[in-house]
Amino acid sequence: MGTLIELRNLSKVYERGRQKVEVLHHIDLDIAEGDFLAMMGPSGSGKTTLLNLIGGLDSPSGGSIAVAGQRLDQLGAGALARWRAAHVGFVFQFYNLMPMLSAQRNVELPLLLTRLNGAQRRKNAGIALQLVGLGDRAAHKPGELSGGQQQRVAIARAIVSDPALLVCDEPTGDLDRQSAEDVLGLLRTLNREHGKTIVMVTHDPKAAEYANHTLHLDKGTLVEQATA
Amino acid sequence: MKYLHLIWAALFRRKARTVLTLVSIVAAFLLFGMLDAVRTSFDQAGQSANGAQRLQTGSKLSFIQPLPQSLEAQIAQVPGVKQVTYANWFGGAYQDPHNQVFSFAVAPNYIDLYPEIAVDPAARKAFDASRTGALVGETLARRFHWKVGDKIPLQSTIFPNREGSKNWSFDIVGILHSTDKKTGGFYDQLFLLHWKYFDETTPYNRGQVGWYVSRVADVNQADRVARAIDALSANSDHETRTQTEQATTASWMKQLADIGLIVGAIMGAVFFTLLLLSGNTMMQAVRERTAELAVLKTIGFSSRSVLAMVLAESVLLLLLGGVVGLGLAALLIPGVSAGSGGMLNLPTVGASSWLLGLALMVAVGLLVGALPAWRAMRLNIVDALAGR
Ligand SMILES: Nc1ncnc2c1ncn2[C@@H]1O[C@H](COP(=O)(O)OP(=O)(O)OP(=O)(O)O)[C@@H](O)[C@H]1O
Ligand SMILES: [Mg+2]
Repeated sequence: MGTLIELRNLSKVYERGRQKVEVLHHIDLDIAEGDFLAMMGPSGSGKTTLLNLIGGLDSPSGGSIAVAGQRLDQLGAGALARWRAAHVGFVFQFYNLMPMLSAQRNVELPLLLTRLNGAQRRKNAGIALQLVGLGDRAAHKPGELSGGQQQRVAIARAIVSDPALLVCDEPTGDLDRQSAEDVLGLLRTLNREHGKTIVMVTHDPKAAEYANHTLHLDKGTLVEQATA
Repeated sequence: MKYLHLIWAALFRRKARTVLTLVSIVAAFLLFGMLDAVRTSFDQAGQSANGAQRLQTGSKLSFIQPLPQSLEAQIAQVPGVKQVTYANWFGGAYQDPHNQVFSFAVAPNYIDLYPEIAVDPAARKAFDASRTGALVGETLARRFHWKVGDKIPLQSTIFPNREGSKNWSFDIVGILHSTDKKTGGFYDQLFLLHWKYFDETTPYNRGQVGWYVSRVADVNQADRVARAIDALSANSDHETRTQTEQATTASWMKQLADIGLIVGAIMGAVFFTLLLLSGNTMMQAVRERTAELAVLKTIGFSSRSVLAMVLAESVLLLLLGGVVGLGLAALLIPGVSAGSGGMLNLPTVGASSWLLGLALMVAVGLLVGALPAWRAMRLNIVDALAGR
């Protein structure tokens, strides 16, 4: 399979007043299409920053990012938003669902940005919910679901518009072991059966075992290690 | 609009707060509807085409100072005057001094100058033929359950009859209807009696007239004619002031109160409070949704659509409360008019009030939503997601 994501000499500098903090230093990385990559490292090492750059949520201070041939570092805010809508799904540690919308409506959110009509949106969201095993919880609000179920709704929302790439920032960080394994198993299925390329940040070595590789980030620099 | 459910859900995320805010918006627009009706009714008073043709001549000193009856013939001679009539204030009350009745003692041709007053020919004939006859407006008749043929006692708060008693008695010979319901509410409350009967009966009036009303041939000549009428009495002991009916009504109203100013001041205070209140609600609503707005942007909603959604939310809030408030005003106003016994004749919330109201709702909504919407638009995704 070809390369989906290409990072070249990528760096990120945050300016706090007069002080400049270089969070990522000249990172070079290729991520293959269909890969499931885990990213580990100490707190503050820049994992979220790197993930945000790959997902097109932030822009680098130097270097380039290309995803499926599209140079993200050259896109403006509006174009980047459109690109995200079409190409990436996001999963966060705290699920970040809309509390006042049902699971179904939450999953439909990304489809509001497509040309699908109401009936098609309902249908696709229903399929996504079924895929994560929550077909019977469509009418429930996030507050009526367990953490693991909420995270699975979030995954359904991330995949509903069928993006090639999923970026997950500590998706099991707030879950008990069993729920974490459900979520990780689901991600593995999405990777293996549905060909999604996944980049996942985690602090948990057990979670990293679900991935094909693990990258280690330390003080903004990459240390690659192959997993068994 | 496919985002409506999102906006609606956001609006009712904190039900209690939103409902409280809505209640105050409802109250503000209820008040707006009421006060706008009061303002409109004052604006409309005396603003008819017929009114523009009529000149009122009263004493320059005070409107209670009478004028000699001899002026009638002189005014009739003034070029440009087509017709002249006169009347006296009778100051009647029915049964209780609080039941004030708009009662005028009028010359036989009085009604001829008021095309706004309809009275059927038979009733008019009966009135002309009677001495103690009276024509009463339909609202007034309904208020006191009077019918043609009734003999009714009326107290004058000012004038005693020859026996020294202030109790007068009249025979109702006909009912008056105003032909123009918009400006004519007043005529439906009139009580007209013969000036001659009045003059002969009270020792307090001897050939004197409260005011003259003349109809001009050409509205554009009204000012010139008015000056000519006033010139008749210049340097006499009964100098006059002649004005168009509109000007008279306006100056009367001004003496009562500058309604426009009062209404404006009250509404200003109300809307200022409303602005602070709903502004605060919107600010809070957006602040506590920071993470959710960040997620919308993450998913790919543009900054501009996030801006539009917050603005729409704020406008929707105002529209919901405002429409209910104005609707309530429309429902309550007829009751208020009825409850006042016809003294207050408020127009219902008309198209112009609705338009003004809706414009206000949208304007306040946009104003109140502007800052939170701008913040939502500028929200940095990465910072918001990290809780910074
Ligand atoms: N917007 C910002 N402004 C200033 N500093 C920032 C900003 N975002 C991140 N940083 C800094 O960059 C460094 C890396 O942050 P990042 O969130 O990428 O770490 P992380 O590896 O995800 O850590 P954790 O495991 O705790 O989530 C931290 O020192 C952080 O304080
Ligand atoms: Mg992080």
